[in-house]
Amino acid sequence: MNSNLSSEQVDKKKLRKVIAASSVGTLIEWYDFYIFGSLSVVIATKFFPSDNPTAAFLSTLATFAAGFVVRPFGALFFGRLGDLIGRKYTFMVTLLIMGFSTFAIGLIPGYETIGFIAPLLVLILRLLQGLALGGEYGGAATYVAEHSEPGKRGYRTAWIQTTASLGLFISLLVILATKKSMSAEAFANFGWRIPFLISIVMVGISYFIRKNMDESPMFEKAKAAGEIVANPLKESFGKKLNFKFVLLALFGATMGQGVVWYTGQFYALSFLQKVANIEFEQSNYIIAASLAGGTGFFIFFGWLSDKIGRKVVMLTGMLLAICTYRPIYQAMYETADVSLKTEVAGSKVIKTDYFMIPKSVDLKKTVKTEFSYTDGSTLTLEESSLTTIFPGKNPQKPEVKRIVHVGSSSFWFLILLVFIQVLYVTMVYGPIAAFLVEMFPTAIRYTSMSLPYHIGNGIFGGLLPAVATYLAAKASTANEVAVAAGQAIPYDKPYLEGLWYPIIIGGVCFVIGLLYVNGKDKEIND
Amino acid sequence: MNAIRQIFGIVWILLGLAAGYFLVFEQSLKLFEKGGMDNIVPAIIYTFILAPLLTGGMCIFGVYALQNEYKRVD
Repeated sequence: MNSNLSSEQVDKKKLRKVIAASSVGTLIEWYDFYIFGSLSVVIATKFFPSDNPTAAFLSTLATFAAGFVVRPFGALFFGRLGDLIGRKYTFMVTLLIMGFSTFAIGLIPGYETIGFIAPLLVLILRLLQGLALGGEYGGAATYVAEHSEPGKRGYRTAWIQTTASLGLFISLLVILATKKSMSAEAFANFGWRIPFLISIVMVGISYFIRKNMDESPMFEKAKAAGEIVANPLKESFGKKLNFKFVLLALFGATMGQGVVWYTGQFYALSFLQKVANIEFEQSNYIIAASLAGGTGFFIFFGWLSDKIGRKVVMLTGMLLAICTYRPIYQAMYETADVSLKTEVAGSKVIKTDYFMIPKSVDLKKTVKTEFSYTDGSTLTLEESSLTTIFPGKNPQKPEVKRIVHVGSSSFWFLILLVFIQVLYVTMVYGPIAAFLVEMFPTAIRYTSMSLPYHIGNGIFGGLLPAVATYLAAKASTANEVAVAAGQAIPYDKPYLEGLWYPIIIGGVCFVIGLLYVNGKDKEIND
Repeated sequence: MNAIRQIFGIVWILLGLAAGYFLVFEQSLKLFEKGGMDNIVPAIIYTFILAPLLTGGMCIFGVYALQNEYKRVD
């Protein structure tokens, strides 16, 4: 370190190292967590064969338990540890657990080799991932906030806030790069393991960066003054004085933030693929471009929250989201709706393919009918049917897939619509780390802020795709029943019904936040 | 404003109870009846995690609001 630097400059240099070390580690943890989700289709074929009920049960458990249930438990377990032995050691432990679990998933032999032990091991490792993630975020946010100077805490902690989106982005990039570097068969055989295995290198680097960091100054001070509490869980949740703020953080901030986060980043992708029928690659490009354009705004809104207050930034984002979700999704639907476009005369092309399914007596017939539109969009109706060469066996009912590839102007318009949602995400999520650390005293900060964060995100946010899809499907079924009975359809736009979940949860959270959250930011050493 | 914060406590208690009723009686029981792992796992999560969390959490929050625990001295 240059001894000529003023103390202010030294602090800033140290702060940058603190932010970098914390953010890189958290980014890697998010990467590790997301590659499992991004590779879930491959993982399912290798470890969870759908024709085996035990494996299918373990698969459902891995999906639900790790995302929803285990994260808050990780928050409690590691939060307590962080308040007892220190922030630095705890979030190094979470980093190692996450790295080890991710690496180990890449090494497990498939179901065909070791039977049901394989899905069981994957489930255990996935649960460990969830536990580690539950402990990581609170530690990193607390550690950075406790190093930051007053008046810049929102800006400093906003770097941590970028990591969740960047982790998703990098996981997609690594998977795409691995896929491009080998054949589809090689990727299905062993290539899918690479994104898991390389995690150990990233975790190793992050571990050595974090190892050389000092403990949080506020924690050291509290420890030296004998202010460390013996039982942070009892202190946080057993005392009304603290517990009332845990509830306020959950119902007045993280619950709404969680649903806005999941709507803007995950439901948007699911809607593009499953409702608007936009092809897989193009829909991923739309999300990736929107994330790339929006990520910098986490920093901006974190900075802005230092100037005008956390409450006003977060609640404005929440209000805009709940008021505009329906028109935005309506526009997304209409942009991809080919019935609103003009078909190019004589553009219809039909292609038919047949091939034998390997190691079977089944024959697959695929008929692709392609239509082109004047704006450059195309619609492909892919009808696949499976038949058998054995006489007397009935062929299966054909399956029809609609695949829309939107033209250039529609593509950019969709990016804009998703980008607006990502902006809402950055408004509610950018300042939240600073908001949460400012709610609780040093002695119980790690425990108290981690739990509402992971319940808000893991449970209220994590349930969003399942609940929203269920609501939309229920509305479609009700319409079909009404049509069959010759009655008027009850839902004019069934595809928008799923949005009631984020709108209602976000609305309740907005009212609670508006009424009860104190807009005047506090010092964190109180 | 503190009076409004206090009165709204009743709303949060009722909302918590309504959410618990909806999750258990309108969702979980039907999912349990349908059977199958795809239905039972969400039903367990609704009944044993989400419903207690929403009902318990919102009711306690409402009680605290009624007790004027969130009053502000501006």
